[in-house]
Amino acid sequence: MPYKTTIEQTVFSFADLKDLLAKATPERSGDQLAGIAADGPVERLAAQMTLADVPLKTFLAEELIPADWDEVSRLIVDRHDPAAFEIISSLTVGEFREWLLKPETGQRQLEAVTFGLTPEMVAAVSKIMRLQDLISVASKREVVTRFRSTIGLKGRLSTRNQPNHPTDDSYGIAASAIDGLLMGSGDAVIGVNPATDTVDDYVRIVSLLDELRMRLSIPTQTCCLGHVTTAIKAIAAKAPVDLVFQSIAGSQKANDGFGVSLALLKEAHEAVRDLGRGAIDANLMYFETGQGAALSAEANFGVDQQTMEARAYAVAREFRPLLVNTVVGFIGPEYLFNGKQIIRAGLEDHFCGKLLGLPMGVDVCYTNHADADQEDMDALLTLLCAANVNFVITVPGADDVMLNYQSLAHHDAVYCREILKRPPAPEFERWLVDIGLTDMAGRLLDAPPRLADRIADARLLGA
Amino acid sequence: MKDDLAKETAGSVDLRQVTEARVLLGRFGAGLPTRAAQLFLLDHARARQAVWSAVDWASLRAKLADLSPETVDVESQAGDRGTYIRRPDLGRKLSPESAERLAGIHPGCDVVIVVADGLSASAININAVPLVQAIVERLSSRQLSIAPLILASLARVALGDPVAEIIRARVSIVLIGERPGLSSADSLGAYMTCLPKAGTPDSRRNCISNIRNGGLSADNAADAVVSLVLDMLKAGTSGVALKDAVARLPTS
Repeated sequence: MPYKTTIEQTVFSFADLKDLLAKATPERSGDQLAGIAADGPVERLAAQMTLADVPLKTFLAEELIPADWDEVSRLIVDRHDPAAFEIISSLTVGEFREWLLKPETGQRQLEAVTFGLTPEMVAAVSKIMRLQDLISVASKREVVTRFRSTIGLKGRLSTRNQPNHPTDDSYGIAASAIDGLLMGSGDAVIGVNPATDTVDDYVRIVSLLDELRMRLSIPTQTCCLGHVTTAIKAIAAKAPVDLVFQSIAGSQKANDGFGVSLALLKEAHEAVRDLGRGAIDANLMYFETGQGAALSAEANFGVDQQTMEARAYAVAREFRPLLVNTVVGFIGPEYLFNGKQIIRAGLEDHFCGKLLGLPMGVDVCYTNHADADQEDMDALLTLLCAANVNFVITVPGADDVMLNYQSLAHHDAVYCREILKRPPAPEFERWLVDIGLTDMAGRLLDAPPRLADRIADARLLGA
Repeated sequence: MKDDLAKETAGSVDLRQVTEARVLLGRFGAGLPTRAAQLFLLDHARARQAVWSAVDWASLRAKLADLSPETVDVESQAGDRGTYIRRPDLGRKLSPESAERLAGIHPGCDVVIVVADGLSASAININAVPLVQAIVERLSSRQLSIAPLILASLARVALGDPVAEIIRARVSIVLIGERPGLSSADSLGAYMTCLPKAGTPDSRRNCISNIRNGGLSADNAADAVVSLVLDMLKAGTSGVALKDAVARLPTS
C-alpha cells in the first residue's frame, strides 16, 4: 500500500511500508549503499511524519518479507501475542512513542507488551526518537538473565572479558583473560572469538577457560564463540560448554549465510541444556547481531538495515539467551560511516532489543577505516550506561589483536564502575572483594604481587 | 603510581611475554598512563593514514622494472577514496577506460598478478615488491606464462575478476592491502581465483593473509600462493571446492 503526505504543497509519496521505513531512517551509509535511503533531510522528515501517523496494527497486516518463504517472518507472526498487544493496539507509531515516554509507563507496562510487539513496530518507533528518547525508554526496561551471575539488574553494568589471540595460543588467551580479571572484567562472560574453527581448538579453549574459572571460583560463565555446529560437536564430546554462541541476522537467507536455521539453533539449545551445567532455568545462549549483516549477505530484500537488525532479535528471543549484543561498529563504514552513525545505531539496537525483552549488550567498537575514534566510544559508553545497558565488551587496551578492531578497554569498565557508579553483577562484585581486587566500596585495588601471582599462576597458564 | 609499578602489580609472571595484546598497561584511576594512551593514538593515526593515503605507484613501478617491464594501470569506478570507502560495490567494477587499456593486452596466459591498494596503501608501499618478486620467481621457474603486472587503484578484491576475464588469465592472484589493525597497519592479503570472471562469488577464492614483516614472510607467503595456484591449474577450480578437487586428481 502506498503512503503519501503533503508538506507545503510538495507531495511526498512512498511505495509501501518497507519504502516508508527505509526513508524514515536517520541517515546511515548502509541504507545509502542499498539505494533505499531518503533523498535528503526533507524527504526523510516527510517519511518520519508519515510514519508517525501509521497505526501499529498496520505492521500486523502488511508484510515486509513474506512469511511464505522466510522463516523469520513466520516466527514473528507465530509468536505475536494479541492479548499483550491489546493495550497499545489503537495507537499510531507517533502515539506509541508518547506512550513509551510518559512516566506512567514503567517496567510493568513495558514487560506486559513485550510479546505484543513485533520487531517492525519497535524499529518504526525508534526511527522517530532522538537519542534522549531512546535512553529514557530503554532505561525503564530491566531485562534480567541468570547463570552463575545475575546480569541486567538496574544500575549495574556487566562486562564480557574478550581475551582473543591471533593464533588461539592457550598461554596468550589465559594471559589476556587474567589481565581483564585483574581489572575486574568478566562477570557477563569470559568469551573468546576463535581464530580457527576446529572442534579440537574449540574444546581446548572452553576447557582452558573452564579451568581458569574453577581455580579462581569466579562466578561467571565462559564461552568459545565458534560456529554453532562446532559447539554441538564439542557438547557431544562432553566438553565444558557453558554457553552456545551464534551470529544471527533478520532473514532466513541471511541466517543461511551464517550457516544456521531456527531448527539448528533449537538443536544446539537443547544440547547445551542437556549438559546441565546451570540451574534448570539458566539462560544458556549467546547471540551477536549487527546492522548491515543482512545487506552484506544480499538478504535484506529492500528492507532498511535497522529494521533487519530488529528482526534478528525475534530469532534471539526464541531461545531465552543469557546475552545478546550488537557488534555495532565492527561491520564497517559502508554500513555505519562515522562516530555519529555508530553512536545512534548502538542506542537504537539497545532500545529495540530491550523492548523485545532481550538482555541487550553492546560491543562499543569501531574499525580503522570508519571515521570514528576513542572519543566516540567514550560518548557511546556513557550514553549506554544512562540507558541501563546490560553489558559491554572489554579487551586489553581497547585493541583486539585477533579481530583487528577497537573495542573498549578494561579501563573503560573501571570508569563505569567508579565514575558512573555501575557495579558489576552482585555475585561477581562480592567475588572481587573476597579475592582482594576491590575494596568494600567497589574501588579497584592494585593487586598485591602475591595475589597477582596467584591469579597468573604458571600452572594456570599451562591449563 | 609510577609506570614501573605495573610490572610489579603483575607479580613474577609477566603476562606480556605470552601475548601481543596490550596487557598490564597500568592505570591512574580509570585512565591509562599518558604514554600508553599516546602510543595507542599513534597506532590509530598510522592505521588511519594507511587507509586514506594513496599508493606510491611510481616507486613501485621503478622497483619492479627489471622483473616486469610492462605494467598496466587500472582503476575501479569509485573515483575517489571517500566513495571507495562507502561504496564497496563500485570498488569491484572496472572503469571503462581501464577495460579499454586491458583490451590492448595480448589475451591468454596462465596467471595474472594484480597489485591492489585495498584498505592499506602502506601495505603495498612496504610489502608488495618483495612479495611480487618471490611469486614471479617461483612461477617463472615452472615455465608458467604471466600477464603484464596490473596495478589497481581504489580496488576491492573482486576487481581482479573482470581484469582476468578480459585478458583471459586462467588464475588471478590479487595482492591487496588488508584493513589495518592497530598493531599492524601494513598487512597484505593474497587472493587466488581460478577462471575468474565478473560476479565470481567469494567462496571461489583461496586466501593467504597477514603477509608483512613480523607476520607471514614474503618467501613463505609466495610458497603458499604458488602451491595454491598450481593446484588450481591442475584441478580447474578454486575456493571451498579446491581441496576435494585436488584429492580426486590422479596421483601419478
